[in-house]
Amino acid sequence: MFTSFFYTLKKYKVPVSITEWMALIEALNQGYAWSNLTDFYFLARSLLVKSETFYDQYDLAFQEVFKGIETPPEIRDEVLEWLKNPLNQLPFSPEELAKIKQLDIEELLRLFEERLREQREAHHGGSKWIGTGGTSPFGHSGYHPGGIRVGGESRNRSAVKIAAERRFKNYRSDLTLDVRQIKVALKKLRHLSRIGPEDELDLENTVDKTSKNAGDLELVWMRSRQNAAKLLLLMDVGGSMDLHITLCSRLFSAAHSTNHFKDLQYYYFHNCIYDKLYKDVERWDSIVTSSLLLTLPGDYKVIIVGDASMATSELIARYGSIHYHDQNETPGIEWLKRLSDHFSHCVWINPDNPSYWNHLTVATIKHLFPMYPLTVEGIEQAVQKLVVKH
Amino acid sequence: MIKTPEFNKFAGTNKYIVSPALQNAVNVAIALGRPLLVKGEPGTGKTLLAHNIALGLSKKLIVWNVKSTTKARDGLYFYDTVQRLNDARFGDRDISDIQQYIKLGKLGEAFIAPEQGVLLIDEVDKADIEFPNDLLNELDDMSFYIPETKKTITAQHRPIVIVTSNSEKELPDAFLRRCVFHYIEFPDSEMMEQIARVHFPAVEKNLLKDVLKQFYFLRQIDEFRKKPSTSELLDWVQALIAGGVSPGKVEKEIPFLGVLLKKEADVEYFQARSSGTQGARFKFYKQY
Repeated sequence: MFTSFFYTLKKYKVPVSITEWMALIEALNQGYAWSNLTDFYFLARSLLVKSETFYDQYDLAFQEVFKGIETPPEIRDEVLEWLKNPLNQLPFSPEELAKIKQLDIEELLRLFEERLREQREAHHGGSKWIGTGGTSPFGHSGYHPGGIRVGGESRNRSAVKIAAERRFKNYRSDLTLDVRQIKVALKKLRHLSRIGPEDELDLENTVDKTSKNAGDLELVWMRSRQNAAKLLLLMDVGGSMDLHITLCSRLFSAAHSTNHFKDLQYYYFHNCIYDKLYKDVERWDSIVTSSLLLTLPGDYKVIIVGDASMATSELIARYGSIHYHDQNETPGIEWLKRLSDHFSHCVWINPDNPSYWNHLTVATIKHLFPMYPLTVEGIEQAVQKLVVKH
Repeated sequence: MIKTPEFNKFAGTNKYIVSPALQNAVNVAIALGRPLLVKGEPGTGKTLLAHNIALGLSKKLIVWNVKSTTKARDGLYFYDTVQRLNDARFGDRDISDIQQYIKLGKLGEAFIAPEQGVLLIDEVDKADIEFPNDLLNELDDMSFYIPETKKTITAQHRPIVIVTSNSEKELPDAFLRRCVFHYIEFPDSEMMEQIARVHFPAVEKNLLKDVLKQFYFLRQIDEFRKKPSTSELLDWVQALIAGGVSPGKVEKEIPFLGVLLKKEADVEYFQARSSGTQGARFKFYKQY
């Protein structure tokens, strides 16, 4: 009966494997979390889900499987155990418990209304009337699998309710972004090579040299492996990008505070790249784009951040720049081509929702640069693209 | 079936409050003999957990601090070749006895311990990405082989292994499959009050109430580079007590802001935000 849970988790794209599933079965066999769905919720989560980014999907799957816990017959045993209230232990044997009639929800409601009409006085205990205690399906603090609680307080904070709270919604990797998460994603951008001072003992060569030296100790050192990745970050600022300023500044500060790259250069532009790039957001201090192409070697990894939506003329026309004084001789698309020709690894990160990407200029730019959304998943994919060799 | 008492081994200590979910995870990990992988924001007490498991179950704690240069073998044993070469050259020891050049690492230490201990592998994600995979067999079989001496070191008692990660790197799937995983959520204000009470039993109730209010106010500002965490809150309470600050003052302003916010940009941002002047805001945004 649990197998459906396994497949529901799969359906919600939680990466569970048989190994983990077996571990859960083993724990259940050892008698753990048998008496309590809340324990089961935590047990299964700790064994099946290995990243907080999937906690939310787990919650959704859990809800789907266990939500109807009052009604589906295949989890009746579960219901019996789950509803067992430690403050109100009933002296029933499991056989007796099994005899307690299970009602479906319509019938339950019908009976409830009927009984409400018939009942004339307070009633506690017993198996029929609405009241506290007892095994009537109606009332509270009583015992009936799948009854209607009338007043009183829920004694157990149910696991389904915990799941329904979806407290981990913000940890999903496909939805949110904070500086730290971006940093984690950017950390994958690495290219290890032996650079820097010779500070690692090369044991093999040391032994070799020493024996050749007739046992006279001779130490050989080598360079240690370090990240040689260099990053060029180009960001669209102003205009339609103002909407995304918080997100972009997070990406920027993540890249900036990751002292993990050998070199990080960043420049700004507005809407499209032309003959100049800017060193500041206000676009006062500029450098010439062609000199950048000359000075930076092609092995810099390039991340361009922008929404890529602009007037068509801004992309393909001469003098198309939105800024009158820019007077670009060469159309923006030509500059973008030059960039993508010069640098072997370029990606475009677009903060707009991918559903807007059918805009003409976005589609054109997407042909030139692989485009990814500004989400953790998007950045991860982009970084993956940046590290592949081709 | 009723929960057997041995499952409820760990229940926190008088200095460490555990949530039911974490308690659950710890006990499952102990019962199944699998490593417990703990993740969570910095300052939520990941490392302290291992210390308190050791304390609560009165077991010996062995800490293995992982660094970026750490290799899996460092935890097993270290073969001091340079010393041996040196001895070979200057000949004051019998170099044919390799055993004396083998030094056990932290994992090895935990294996040969005469009784079950708690092994903390701290910040496992700092090392190379393959590091955890290299430990899989050793953690599964609880034994490893030293080719130099042709000896196998086998664990006398399966240590309780706690692995912490700051998720700076993704951990390999094969490693994850074998772990029990728990993500320490940031405590809510109720739990935080308990935590603060445990550390400062004598703190005034009103003061704590205001402190928590201000603290969670700061926590919800998403623009901070580094949000204040539990350890910062505890430091702050201590500072407030030591400074004899009255509760009324905390309600209106935030004394000793530097204890809570550790990044200059955050302090500046907060001041700009609370002063609300255009100039200060501009100064802040100009940085980007």
